[in-house]
Amino acid sequence: MQPILEIRNLQAGVEGRHILKGISLTIQPGEIHAVMGPNGSGKSTLAAVLAGREGYDIVSGEVRYLGQDLLELDPEERARAGLFLAFQYPVEIPGVNSTYFLKAALNEIRKHRGLSEMDAIEFLGFVKDKIKLLELNEDLLKRPVNVGFSGGEKKRNEIFQMAVLEPRLAVLDETDSGLDIDALRVVSNGVNKLRSPQNAALVITHYQRLLNYIVPDFVHVLMDGRIVRSGGKELALELEERGYDWIAREQRLAA
Amino acid sequence: MSTAIPTIEEFVRSDYKYGFVSNIDTETLPPGLNEDIIRAISAKKNEPEFMLNWRLRAYRHWLTMTEPRWPKVTYPRVDYQSIIYYAAPKKKPQLGSLDEVDPELRRTFEKLGISLDEQKRLAGVAVDAVVDSVSVATTFQKDLEKHGIIFCSFSEAVQKHPDLVEKYLGSVVPHTDNFFAALNSAVFSDGSFCYVPKGVRCPMELSTYFRINTANTGQFERTLIIADEGSYVSYLEGCTAPMRDENQLHAAVVELVALDNAEIKYSTVQNWYPGDKEGRGGIYNFVTKRGIAKGRRSKISWTQVETGSAITWKYPSCILVGEESVGEFYSVALTNNYQQADTGTKMVHIGRNTRSTIVSKGISAGHGQNSYRGLVQIRPSAAGARNFSQCDSLLIGDKCGAHTFPYIEVKNDTAQLEHEATTSKIGEDQIFYCNQRGISKQDAVNMIVNGFCKEVFRELPMEFAVEAQKLLGVSLEGSVG
Ligand SMILES: Nc1ncnc2c1ncn2[C@@H]1O[C@H](COP(=O)(O)OP(=O)(O)OP(=O)(O)O)[C@@H](O)[C@H]1O
Ligand SMILES: [Mg+2]
Repeated sequence: MQPILEIRNLQAGVEGRHILKGISLTIQPGEIHAVMGPNGSGKSTLAAVLAGREGYDIVSGEVRYLGQDLLELDPEERARAGLFLAFQYPVEIPGVNSTYFLKAALNEIRKHRGLSEMDAIEFLGFVKDKIKLLELNEDLLKRPVNVGFSGGEKKRNEIFQMAVLEPRLAVLDETDSGLDIDALRVVSNGVNKLRSPQNAALVITHYQRLLNYIVPDFVHVLMDGRIVRSGGKELALELEERGYDWIAREQRLAA
Repeated sequence: MSTAIPTIEEFVRSDYKYGFVSNIDTETLPPGLNEDIIRAISAKKNEPEFMLNWRLRAYRHWLTMTEPRWPKVTYPRVDYQSIIYYAAPKKKPQLGSLDEVDPELRRTFEKLGISLDEQKRLAGVAVDAVVDSVSVATTFQKDLEKHGIIFCSFSEAVQKHPDLVEKYLGSVVPHTDNFFAALNSAVFSDGSFCYVPKGVRCPMELSTYFRINTANTGQFERTLIIADEGSYVSYLEGCTAPMRDENQLHAAVVELVALDNAEIKYSTVQNWYPGDKEGRGGIYNFVTKRGIAKGRRSKISWTQVETGSAITWKYPSCILVGEESVGEFYSVALTNNYQQADTGTKMVHIGRNTRSTIVSKGISAGHGQNSYRGLVQIRPSAAGARNFSQCDSLLIGDKCGAHTFPYIEVKNDTAQLEHEATTSKIGEDQIFYCNQRGISKQDAVNMIVNGFCKEVFRELPMEFAVEAQKLLGVSLEGSVG
């Protein structure tokens, strides 16, 4: 089967800083991969490079997404091809109505998939269940994108958008940070609903707790721009217990 | 807003699409300005004595004036002796009906999306079409006549309603008002005239569409709208010009008079040729617009969307004389590339309990310079006057500028004034967030800009609001990398 994502020896940096120092990772359809690692290890940088944020320099390596060269595509082309990033810090856009924004996004993706565009009425029907699924306050959708949303509401809104856009590959950057217990359950629910044999997710998190809800197939530890260890979901438990130091020590020993 | 995205997409691929020149047989007077030219214009128009005398008074006064330098705009001096002051499409018969309009002219307007064919025209909008110096056609005149509404070219009004013209011409903007108003008074050749009688609510939108076609001409039109007691009229003007390397001058005057309980809503979608990306060519748009809310509880409301012109210099104003009269100013001004805009309003409160609202949205992109200049003046007689002003600026990129000059003069302690101002920038974070959801850069900018302008667009008649959104999309083309 064709992998969804294949990263080979990716090295990348920003503003002259070398941050990703050779990452390789393959994600097959149906899989959920968790990426954990200390602050500043390069997790968000990896997400930004995958999504195509401007200003990042690719030093070497290759990224294939559904068989095509991902790094060649503009960020909007990646999004239309089904790559979704739930932002660690969702951005406020004053003046732009949330519903209008999301409908425009959905229609771009539908156009790309050869589907007809949805008008406002169809759209409202389409999102109804997803609003319920994420237990979102409908009033939020009448407000400008993320403006005045609480931290938790912003995160929930990211997953709501994901549920509407139905990506092939979702990259979640610390979506669990700042969520209360109920919200964590709701958000995880949203992610699990998207789980299917065709789709995949890359879940960046600091907390093993999330992985009780979104059970990963693989866990990777990112340290100083490298994946230093990969394993099954037990690895997350071990990290929770022992922290990252022991991996760092083992690394040094091996070197 | 549901159709905005695909349409803007279509639009952003095109440059200024109104930049064509039509091959219309034109009659012009030689360039330059002197009393003979003014007499010739007046004679061509077969004007009564009072008009010629009025023009000459204005001209003689103009000679004593110097061009203003104070707005925050820079441009080489205009050579007033090289301008053609009168150019008119030749085949201008006394039109018995609209069918007699020169087919080339008709095609010109079709290309601009303005149909002079009443059947095809959006029901509910009457159009006066002005090319270069003269009005070429006015639609729906007969329907309006049934309501006693006079809507015609200024020339026609001078012939058919000289008493109204003599009474109100210059009553709001006297010929001594400023340099460009004086020049306009001396040489204006046409424009639109509208009178709505007592108690009549004008059943359709009235609009004037201005087109400069001939090279080296200046356009000097004059609009006069009178709303008699208890009447209402909504009026819209639009304008375009061919792309040319030299600058052309547009110096118009608009006068509005609202009597007791009357309301005039005046909307402008200004899209004169803005010049090219290097700042070559474009229209100098130096315009004086003023309304007097003369009667009790009368209301004057200006809405403008300014996207065109190399330089815009205009301050649509309200003189609030009647007790409890209301003045409003809603403005979107956009400058891209090397465009400059210095625009705003004056609200002069004279009557008791007069109220005014100012909402100004300035958008700067490229090397554009955008200034808001506004005066709120509360005279001693204006007890209980209130004003609310809001001036927001949006910057796209870091080579453009936004400036705000609010002037306030309060001579009555019972007045209440509120002023709010913000400046924001379209951030890369915002653009990337939109991109990541599948929305292109240009659409993202359009979306954010349209959101920023919402409060103003809301004031425009429905179909023009859509038009205005498209225009902003076109004008911002290429403003992000
Ligand atoms: N634009 C930038 N300019 C300079 N340094 C940057 C930039 N962006 C990221 N970095 C640096 O790169 C390193 C990796 O940052 P990144 O945000 O990828 O870490 P992270 O693993 O997501 O951390 P956290 O767990 O705190 O979210 C950090 O040291 C950060 O300071
Ligand atoms: Mg991070």
